[in-house]
Amino acid sequence: MSSVVTDTFAWLSDPESWSGSAGIPARLAEHLLYTGLVMVIATAIAVPIGLYVGHTGRGRVAAVAVAGALRALPTLGLLTLFVLLAGIGLMPPIWALVILTVPPLLAGTYAGIASVDRNVVDAARAMGMTELQVLFRAEFPNALPVMYGGFRTGVLQAIATVSVVAYINLGGLGRYLFDGLVLSDFPQMLGGSLLIAGLAIAVDLVLVLIQRLFLSQGASSQPNRSQQAAVDLTDPVPAGTVVQGGTS
Amino acid sequence: MEWFLANSEQVFSLAGQHLVLAVLPMVFGVLIAVPLAQFARQNRGLRSVVLTASSLLYTIPSLALFIILPTILGTRILDPVNVVVALTIYAVALLVRATLDAFDSVDEDLRQAAVAMGFKPLARFLQIDLPLSLPVLFAGLRVVSVSNISLVSVAALLGIGNLGMLFTSGLQRDFVTEVVVGIIAILILALLMDAVLVLLERLLTPWTRVAAATGTGTGADSGAGQGKTGPAAAALRLSDAQTTGGAS
Repeated sequence: MSSVVTDTFAWLSDPESWSGSAGIPARLAEHLLYTGLVMVIATAIAVPIGLYVGHTGRGRVAAVAVAGALRALPTLGLLTLFVLLAGIGLMPPIWALVILTVPPLLAGTYAGIASVDRNVVDAARAMGMTELQVLFRAEFPNALPVMYGGFRTGVLQAIATVSVVAYINLGGLGRYLFDGLVLSDFPQMLGGSLLIAGLAIAVDLVLVLIQRLFLSQGASSQPNRSQQAAVDLTDPVPAGTVVQGGTS
Repeated sequence: MEWFLANSEQVFSLAGQHLVLAVLPMVFGVLIAVPLAQFARQNRGLRSVVLTASSLLYTIPSLALFIILPTILGTRILDPVNVVVALTIYAVALLVRATLDAFDSVDEDLRQAAVAMGFKPLARFLQIDLPLSLPVLFAGLRVVSVSNISLVSVAALLGIGNLGMLFTSGLQRDFVTEVVVGIIAILILALLMDAVLVLLERLLTPWTRVAAATGTGTGADSGAGQGKTGPAAAALRLSDAQTTGGAS
């Protein structure tokens, strides 16, 4: 066992592992590129829908149902289905990943908008703001912490799922796992796994840091409460309860 | 459909393996998370350690964890034990947070009333805190169940038997039907598990229905009940349950 560990560190510190198109920096860049691409598309889809549902309250039941059903879809099944139907290439797996990333973003957005204090919204409206101004100048800033929680969950999920994408002949850090599996090269698999785990933790830390530095705690009267809600969204449980509380 | 009928035996046996791999971690997860949450509630230091560790572990992608664990546990990479341990870690990470929140939300007056009535700590925990946090615990379990059933299929990439095998073999043989059957089977499994959990929750928390029934009976009461937040309403229900329990 200890030999596996030393072999893994030998693999990780081997200059060969760090150079070329199969090197760690290149794989890392691919991994981040796929993740970024997925997040851009998923955000472009989920946030407008979430804002609409959160602001108008229309289609809430449908949004909850769709988000729940999408969550139950097996990642791997969706990936293989898209590849079989649309062929190998960059976009089919990216679309599969987008479908998996939309639910947390959507849930975070509408839960965030819906959780904004009604008094704030009414006050904004009473001041003569148009509906769009109410949405973007009153609701959106107040909902941001919760929305960001959903975004964090989405990013982490995308990073995790991108490692599976290597199975269908794309790049990313997951390549080391599947190449290692084929070659029975366990140190390479373990090294790749450690890199993926490290990447996920590092990205999460960066996201938390961004939240601390750039996101205002909000004009919300209970900054700790909204913070709490943002954290809770990492696990969809309380997000579900928030939604239930809203409908009752 | 034809393919499914011809191979139904294989699909059912894979579904059985799938179910075992998904359910065992849920059982272990509850058995570990509930006592852990109780200890964490009494000890501030332990609490922050538990919360940090759980969010950190929850961040690690499953595929990476499936490969890292054998090195730590000394198991073979194909050992289903790795999957069970990995999913147990996720279950504990999610449930411990939810359970802590639920314990925190138990009305302090109720707890002190129990002490005044002569409840010993263990009895108080088992008869007051635990029953009252069941709804939150079950909400957490339902999330764990859905995500477990989806995550188990990822283990098929490493060659561990479950419904995910239908995806890998479907992809290798360029056979869409097999993948579709796999996705449907997994969705059905997730739905069935969810139904079982809902049923179990109904059986274990009969007072929630009693409260609902009495609530509709008197108009004024139901209005007041709706104004209450979840935990407070639950506390009210428990006080009802307690009095009936004491009378019998």
